[in-house]
Amino acid sequence: MTAAVHISLAAEPLFHLFGVPVNNSLITAIVGSLVIMTLFIMAAKRVTFNPKSKFANTIETICEMIIDLIEQVIPDREKARRYFPFLMTIFIFIVVNNWLGLLPGVGSITVKTAEGVAPLFRGANADLNTTLALAIISVVMTHIYAARELGVATHLKKYFSSNPIMTFVGLLEIVGEFSKVISFSFRLFGNIFAGEVLLAVIAALMPVLAPLPFFGLELFVGLVQALVFTMLTLVFLAIATSDHSEYNHGEASGTHGHA
Amino acid sequence: MLKVLIPGLTIILGGAMPAFAIGWMGSHAMDAIGRNPEAAGKLQTVLILVVAFAEAIAIYSLVIALILKFV
Repeated sequence: MTAAVHISLAAEPLFHLFGVPVNNSLITAIVGSLVIMTLFIMAAKRVTFNPKSKFANTIETICEMIIDLIEQVIPDREKARRYFPFLMTIFIFIVVNNWLGLLPGVGSITVKTAEGVAPLFRGANADLNTTLALAIISVVMTHIYAARELGVATHLKKYFSSNPIMTFVGLLEIVGEFSKVISFSFRLFGNIFAGEVLLAVIAALMPVLAPLPFFGLELFVGLVQALVFTMLTLVFLAIATSDHSEYNHGEASGTHGHA
Repeated sequence: MLKVLIPGLTIILGGAMPAFAIGWMGSHAMDAIGRNPEAAGKLQTVLILVVAFAEAIAIYSLVIALILKFV
């Protein structure tokens, strides 16, 4: 049982382009993005001249499931449609990249690089850079959408105020935003990287039949992690863009009316 | 021997509490759904959200264990 498994926590750079290292996970992410763009552009074109096309209907079903999910949290249909492209992109990007990491050839085809031997492809989300980028995009876009929806002043008033207790609460909220970034990135990275390690170890121990249920587990985990990332972004977006001042004014006038 | 023991202990302790927390949340969610089957959709959404938060802690400890073992 002395199978040596080559596991590297950091993604290996394949070559350097103008001083920037190009990792193998970057190449896989580019391939994944091309796959997504091809699929969706083809579906959009096909639905115009053949409304009953099965392929376009499949893509539409996926879109409908996501917008139903969005509407569960944001009951307003107009608002849900506004945030739909952003959330759908996050979901599809994460799920396609997770599943691409399971294809044969990803992680096993190796090339010779300047530092040694490295896999040519690697799951895009098994690299902390990708997940950190997705987390930062998600949190920053939440703030931008909130500022666009409520106005910059109202949004900033949630974090900075004149009341000393509310200032402290605002400080904690700002720390909470950074913790959101860390939590998003590490949740996705940990799940996908641990899945890759698990598959590598099982394949090294018993390559014949044992990897099958683990591939099933990884398919499921890939889908669930994409769903969780999307839902968490959705919930934070809904909280950030909801207007609390309306509640207070409504309650105040209500109590005055009753009294 | 300590080199093998420490990553193992990390994941044992780091995975036990989230597992307990998730089981507890699932049990309360099932109670709530049993009491009020109409709100099952909303409860399911909240349940998945909270399970994701608890599971993230387990994943942090898994990442630390992997770093300790392979780096």
